[in-house]
Amino acid sequence: MVNLKVNLAGMILDNPVIPSSGTFGYGLDHARYYDLNILGSIAIKGTTLNPRFGNPTPRVAECASGAVCSIGLQNPGVDEVVKTLLPELKKYYRKKVIANACGFSAEEFAEVAARFDASDSVGIIEVNVSCPNVESGLSFGSYPNTVYEVTKKVRKRVKKAVFVKLSPMVADIKEIACAAEEAGADGVTLINAAPAMRIDLKTKKPVLANKKGGLSGKALFPVALRCVYDVYGAVKIPVVGVGGISSAEDVIEMMYAGATAVGVGAENLVEPFACKKIIEELPAAAERCGLVNLADATGAAHR
Amino acid sequence: MRGQEIFNVKQNYKLADAVYRMELEGNASSVTAAGQFVNVKTSGFYLRRPFSVCDFSENSLTIVYKTAGKGTEAFSRVKPGEKLDVLVGLGNGYSLDKSGERPLLIGGGVGIPPLYGLAKRLAAQGREVNVVLGFNTASEIFLEKDFRALGVGVTVTTVDGSYGKKGLVTDVLGSFSYTHHYTCGPRAMLKAVYEKTTGGGSYSLEERMACGFGACLACTCKTTYGHARVCKEGPVFEKEDLVW
Repeated sequence: MVNLKVNLAGMILDNPVIPSSGTFGYGLDHARYYDLNILGSIAIKGTTLNPRFGNPTPRVAECASGAVCSIGLQNPGVDEVVKTLLPELKKYYRKKVIANACGFSAEEFAEVAARFDASDSVGIIEVNVSCPNVESGLSFGSYPNTVYEVTKKVRKRVKKAVFVKLSPMVADIKEIACAAEEAGADGVTLINAAPAMRIDLKTKKPVLANKKGGLSGKALFPVALRCVYDVYGAVKIPVVGVGGISSAEDVIEMMYAGATAVGVGAENLVEPFACKKIIEELPAAAERCGLVNLADATGAAHR
Repeated sequence: MRGQEIFNVKQNYKLADAVYRMELEGNASSVTAAGQFVNVKTSGFYLRRPFSVCDFSENSLTIVYKTAGKGTEAFSRVKPGEKLDVLVGLGNGYSLDKSGERPLLIGGGVGIPPLYGLAKRLAAQGREVNVVLGFNTASEIFLEKDFRALGVGVTVTTVDGSYGKKGLVTDVLGSFSYTHHYTCGPRAMLKAVYEKTTGGGSYSLEERMACGFGACLACTCKTTYGHARVCKEGPVFEKEDLVW
């Protein structure tokens, strides 16, 4: 029997599979399909201080092995999430969630994170400095000094573990991850959707109303894997590997690259049962790889 | 309870220019109202394709769809006997309770299919149903005979006058007296219907979707009560909820 448990910055997960922020809402839609308690944790939808409608539609375009999306951080605001949606999710999910905190200033990031810190439902706070779909979204995550500043401000206001979610669209992701680590982050989540677009052949116009969006889906997997591999070698804090994971084999490969836990993203949107299937297939896949403790897979490619 | 089901393709054939009819066998028990939709996996494409349900029973579904791109073109080549992975019973459909004695159904082009399932159920309840079907031209007409076979009143309009009354669906609305209207079609048509009808109405909206079950927020629209997901709170909205 394979032991699937992993320790993510002090939070013991039954398995390393976490639906990624933005692909699972606040859990309530997938709760109609299966018992969420099988999940390692849940990374809830990116949340800002105030409610946001998000970007105009169309917000989604397809591409080979993936999709380009531009939702624009639609969310009801942190207070509504803490007061209404997390208690509602509690009815379906008894473990702690990962709260994804977004902002348009370092102060907003810190304020949102602080309000999540006060919620018993939250285990880890993920600071989203890498949303490709809002103005200024990526700017925080693009430079080591701004990542340092945001992380530091959040760190001061938060007792819980802080993870910083990074973009692949940077000169050197190791430098960015190190800046987060120096500022006191307990871990990093890699990667967010990669900036991308599609153009309609007939209209000659971008398909998305926001023109550009973020690439997610299977196409992103090797990109994410490379980022996790590089960052694992550069920091001491744990890495959550996210990008294009759609099978138990992908989970193990991402862990070999250096991930302690993994996020499953767009696959949740095309296969509502994706995380359930992956978790059910994990023991056999791990056994085929000769793993007794799945946690031993982390960083195996570096040894 | 909605779910994920495997359906067997019984038939898939052309009805009119770029319009096809697919009949599926499988567990459709989660489809409970006309106007609901399904999200179908198409081999070789990442995202599923959402289709409104034209008609349904406990163990069958009929989808009438228009080819609009590579995905739906591939879908039109699916052969009888093939299996399809379908997220079934999605969204909120039309409420029969709002109908009153004389409901008027107004459909435009590929928005017409869900109105067939609705007309069938309203007729079965003994309502005096009238249907207005709008097309661009005669070669695009589909489902007219099916509606007539239900015994409901059918008026067809074509933009070029090649069949039925020349003009738009909204040009003929004045000749009907109705207790409630139900509609589905292009957004511009829905807006014109909104402006030219009286009393209550139920409108089915369309939007690009990814998941189809509420998680991704790709299909958000504005309503008088706030943000809503076309896939989850919709696709059918009441007239008083709409914001143009």
